[in-house]
Amino acid sequence: MTVDKRSIADKAPRPERHVAVVVVGAGAAGVAAAIEAARAGVEVLLIDENPVDNDMMAMDVPLYFGQRMQPSVRNRALMMERVVETNPALAEAHEAGVDVQLGTYVWGAFVNGPTVRELPGPMLGLADDRRSWLVGYDRLIVAAGARDVAIGFPGWERAGAMGANGAVSLLTRYRALGSQRMVIVGSGDLGLRTAALALESGVAVAGIVEVTNAVRGDEEIARSLASRGVPFYTAHTIREARGRVGEIESVVLVQIDGNLKPVPGSEREIACDTVCLALGLAPNVEILHLVGAHLVFDSGLGGWIPELNDQMQTSVPAVFAAGDCTGVHDGMLADPEIARKQGRLAGLAAAQSLGLAPNIPLPRWGRGPQFELSGAAARRGLSRSEGAVHTHWQTWLQSLINAGGLDVNICQCEEVTRRELVDVKPPRYLKWESPQMEARSLDTMLRDGPVNQDQIKRLTRAGMGPCQSRRCREQVGLLLAQAAGTSIDRIPLPSFRPPIRPLPMNVLWPADEPAAMREDWVSWFGIPTQFSPHWEAGMAIAEPTAQTRLILSDE
Amino acid sequence: MEQAKGAAVVIIGGGVTGLSAGWWLARSGVDVLVLEKSIVGWEASGRNGGGATHVYSPFGLEEQRLWPQMDELLGYPTEHQPYRIGVALSEAQLALARRWAEIGETRGFKWELLDRQQLKELVPIVGDNAIGGTYLHFGGHANPQRTVQAYAWALQDHGGRILQHTTVTGLTMRGGRVTAVETTQGAFGADTVVIAAGPQTGLFADMLGVSLPLAPARVEMIATEPLPLMRHGGVGGNGLYGRQTLRGNLVYGGGPHEWINVPDMASPDHPNTPLVRNLARRLAELLPGAAHLRVIRAWGGIVENTPDGLPVIDRLSSPDNVILATMSSVGFGLSPAAGKGISELVMHGRCLFADLSALALSRFADTPPDWRERAGWIPTNASVAETAAGGSL
Repeated sequence: MTVDKRSIADKAPRPERHVAVVVVGAGAAGVAAAIEAARAGVEVLLIDENPVDNDMMAMDVPLYFGQRMQPSVRNRALMMERVVETNPALAEAHEAGVDVQLGTYVWGAFVNGPTVRELPGPMLGLADDRRSWLVGYDRLIVAAGARDVAIGFPGWERAGAMGANGAVSLLTRYRALGSQRMVIVGSGDLGLRTAALALESGVAVAGIVEVTNAVRGDEEIARSLASRGVPFYTAHTIREARGRVGEIESVVLVQIDGNLKPVPGSEREIACDTVCLALGLAPNVEILHLVGAHLVFDSGLGGWIPELNDQMQTSVPAVFAAGDCTGVHDGMLADPEIARKQGRLAGLAAAQSLGLAPNIPLPRWGRGPQFELSGAAARRGLSRSEGAVHTHWQTWLQSLINAGGLDVNICQCEEVTRRELVDVKPPRYLKWESPQMEARSLDTMLRDGPVNQDQIKRLTRAGMGPCQSRRCREQVGLLLAQAAGTSIDRIPLPSFRPPIRPLPMNVLWPADEPAAMREDWVSWFGIPTQFSPHWEAGMAIAEPTAQTRLILSDE
Repeated sequence: MEQAKGAAVVIIGGGVTGLSAGWWLARSGVDVLVLEKSIVGWEASGRNGGGATHVYSPFGLEEQRLWPQMDELLGYPTEHQPYRIGVALSEAQLALARRWAEIGETRGFKWELLDRQQLKELVPIVGDNAIGGTYLHFGGHANPQRTVQAYAWALQDHGGRILQHTTVTGLTMRGGRVTAVETTQGAFGADTVVIAAGPQTGLFADMLGVSLPLAPARVEMIATEPLPLMRHGGVGGNGLYGRQTLRGNLVYGGGPHEWINVPDMASPDHPNTPLVRNLARRLAELLPGAAHLRVIRAWGGIVENTPDGLPVIDRLSSPDNVILATMSSVGFGLSPAAGKGISELVMHGRCLFADLSALALSRFADTPPDWRERAGWIPTNASVAETAAGGSL
């Protein structure tokens, strides 16, 4: 059969290693999954990106670290020690025979499908701070955790605005949170637990701000925090963060009325170096999206989550998921055993699907309310967040708009304001003005079809920066839903594209290109007549390659 | 089927070619309706490198004449920027760059040959691996995403209509003519139908009993974080096409394509593959001073090619009110001129500013039905063809 040598046929990249089971994420769920699969006799590779490189942290990737890393995070060896010693389950995984690779990013997930058929099999793109490589797998278990949902306010570009998961990561894994005094935004379990952890770690908590009229999280923790002198500001929102150039030195709160409008004269300035956003978490579904797993929207579990069967298997049979990335709720914050159970089930189910585990009946745990809960979570009946978290986030957004206005960056990387987003303005650096453009807005776009976040992204650039929309994805969706008068679950999932970690070209590039990749490389198809001048019929241009010289048909 | 509000001209496909044709028609006062299965410019029209340097084409001179006026004509920004610089890392690459320049010279455009030092003055991030280059005082590039939306909005400003999320399901024939276009939103009567449906154009031709040989393929691009703007963003070479955007990102594609099949009218998936690593390597070789920049995004697109890689822009003889329009994977840059040419085919029966005989469908009259197999332009790894994504169970 003829093969087009300019095509990918016969030169698709092959993984440098193949492992039966790859587990992504060494949190409670991932480690449990890895151990379970390894004990069943399966070869397991467990990958975790911690310790994350300082430059990546500075871009708020993968978590919203808000520049509050202590300089010690630059000491890779020290951070590696801490990541290992603060996660004792890693040693257990190692003993169980799991190959544990830390400081390793997953930047891509590649599978064959209707329009990709040349891959030798499903594979992950991995990288450390020096190089990238590919690993093939038979089964993939994604335990990628969750990420903070941010909503901006005037001054949130300053160093010191960060997310609760970012703060918790720096406090626990790295013991390197560079904060003396923080104000926490959000009084759900996430905010309260972060506050308690901060106090235990010697960080002062100057206040917990809550947009609703009452503290939302665990009453016991709230009482304990109050007894330690932490003030609660319910029915309040943020007006702005202030400080020297680029730094937060104080935050101004304002009381709000029943319509979420600021109460005049109720402003209160609180000294702090950190504003920690504990509004809620969004499951990390990038990898699941890339492998083509079917995602569904469940507001009570944080938004888009993978559809799973009762064995933690996604719609892609080779891919399982466990832990916060499958949907996160307060019960899981209270009790890490939930994530561990999910992980053990996923590990066992993955092993059994390979025919390598003893054929013991799998427990039918699933993920939802049927999950057995223990401790505080069970007492409070916390199988999942009551009601929809997005409604609560919309309340925060509205209060922040009322207090801080629309001329606040919604996308920090590309400096797009809320107003520019809903006006669908081209970026400021184009300095474009025309009556036609002036007449266009989200409203005029809605006449042509339902709101699509990817389309608005193309036009405004909101979400197109180096943080890969980690700080703006949810708030852009919330604002678009609000402005369009639609429900957020009706806005299609904005796409995720590889690399899902921003990697330097000289790290991402392959050292191991097949010879044919270089020899046959052309910029565009290599059809000899495609770019031949129409007035010289029969003239052909062929692009040069390493082997062939420039060919002109008239030579 | 219930008759929805038709138009004098119904255009199937809201890509850059159909939108430009529709805009030219609307600004001439023609009643035009564009039917798009998803969102305007959602496929290759909004996912390409943005190059606008195709002087070899019958549309080439008009392309060069129109682009500098497009922002003003449309009323919306296209981010068009003039000039192209070709970087050569080898004698063979230099010969190719010169060949491109000389084609332009034949058409009356100026260019300069650059040595390494001159090249570095224009493009400070080229390295010592460059042996020289070309500086074209013609050609250029624009932002595809902004441009497709500009066409769509300008078309509407002139009274044209666009129906998004509307899939064409059939063509109603009566008296040897297509009288209506059937869609998921009803049937739309039409005096003239323009089929500019990218990879799916051939499927529509099939409905009319016309053979239009097209092979779809998937291609990929990468984008880096921004760096300060260079004097000219239109820098290419080393087997890459692309540009520095006005935001500062380096956006480049190239390398092996994958031949695929497009079985139906639905939007195909356009995932990336590990080829993004090879693209990063080629780009770092082209611009070593930028090798430390982070790749923040990659994407794929589906394009179609005719057997000779040249467009088919042709009015069918039967049915005689249908125009087929495929640009054979090189549609974005030529779109101002191609759309104008198509609008003239509709209004005047022929293109007034260029001779399109080289783009006639009749040149494929003798193309055998198995031409894709003969050329190797087909998916080769059939064994995984029917496997669900990622599933090996």
